[in-house]
Amino acid sequence: MSASAVVFYILSVAILVSALLAVTSRKIFRSAIWLLFSLTGIAGLYFWLQMEFVAAVQIVVYVGGIVVLIIFSIFLTQQSGKDLPKPVRRRAVFAILAACAGFVLTCMVLRGYAFPSPAAGGGPVASVGSIGAQLLNTSEHGYVLPFEVISILLLAAMIGCIVIAMKTKPDKK
Amino acid sequence: MNQVPLIHILFLSTALFFVGMYGLLTRRNLITMLMSVELILNSVNINFVAFNRYLYADRLDGVFFSLFIVAIAAAEAAVAIAIIINLYRNFKSIDVEAADEMKF
Repeated sequence: MSASAVVFYILSVAILVSALLAVTSRKIFRSAIWLLFSLTGIAGLYFWLQMEFVAAVQIVVYVGGIVVLIIFSIFLTQQSGKDLPKPVRRRAVFAILAACAGFVLTCMVLRGYAFPSPAAGGGPVASVGSIGAQLLNTSEHGYVLPFEVISILLLAAMIGCIVIAMKTKPDKK
Repeated sequence: MNQVPLIHILFLSTALFFVGMYGLLTRRNLITMLMSVELILNSVNINFVAFNRYLYADRLDGVFFSLFIVAIAAAEAAVAIAIIINLYRNFKSIDVEAADEMKF
């Protein structure tokens, strides 16, 4: 087993263990920190796959944005030091059964599928320059229309957040 | 990179998906449910990037799909947290069992 494979298996164990702790920890703040480790591990996986730009986006948006947002909302809504209630035993058992059954089924389907052998490594095409050029390209394989649509979506989400979280004024009667 | 077969990365993302699903089914707190949804979205992203890297190394479509998923996940998290804060103002709790009315 080469060093690269060892790095992959260490990364995947780290991702899975911290994800498991994130969904089972009884303290909500620790759960958020485990989620942070899991997302950082996924960014490491992207680095391992030589997708540097996706890894950078993962770190900037997820680790720097979403997790910080989640931690802020924990501070706004939770009493510190209070444990989350234990999941109902019946529900936990059925959730474990459902997750295990789904995992086994998906793995069996995956094993039965013959993926074509990996294409001969054509060098790192996923450079930031080529990603940017194709993202803003207006020709046949360009992604400029989804890019513009998603900027409208982000604007709409931003305005929607402000409207939803705005304090309603007390009724003036 | 080529020593690890593609199927092992798919096993990893499948396991991550079902860990997120377990969290979504057992947790009753809205913030932790949102964290499980983020895990599920990340497992999908891993699949897109791995397929792009292993099967179509000369193209970039998987990268674009994962970038758009990241953007949509950010928008979704922001809206979800606005809803959570609004819910907390109305019910003084963000447990899904507490929110059993739609309008006052």
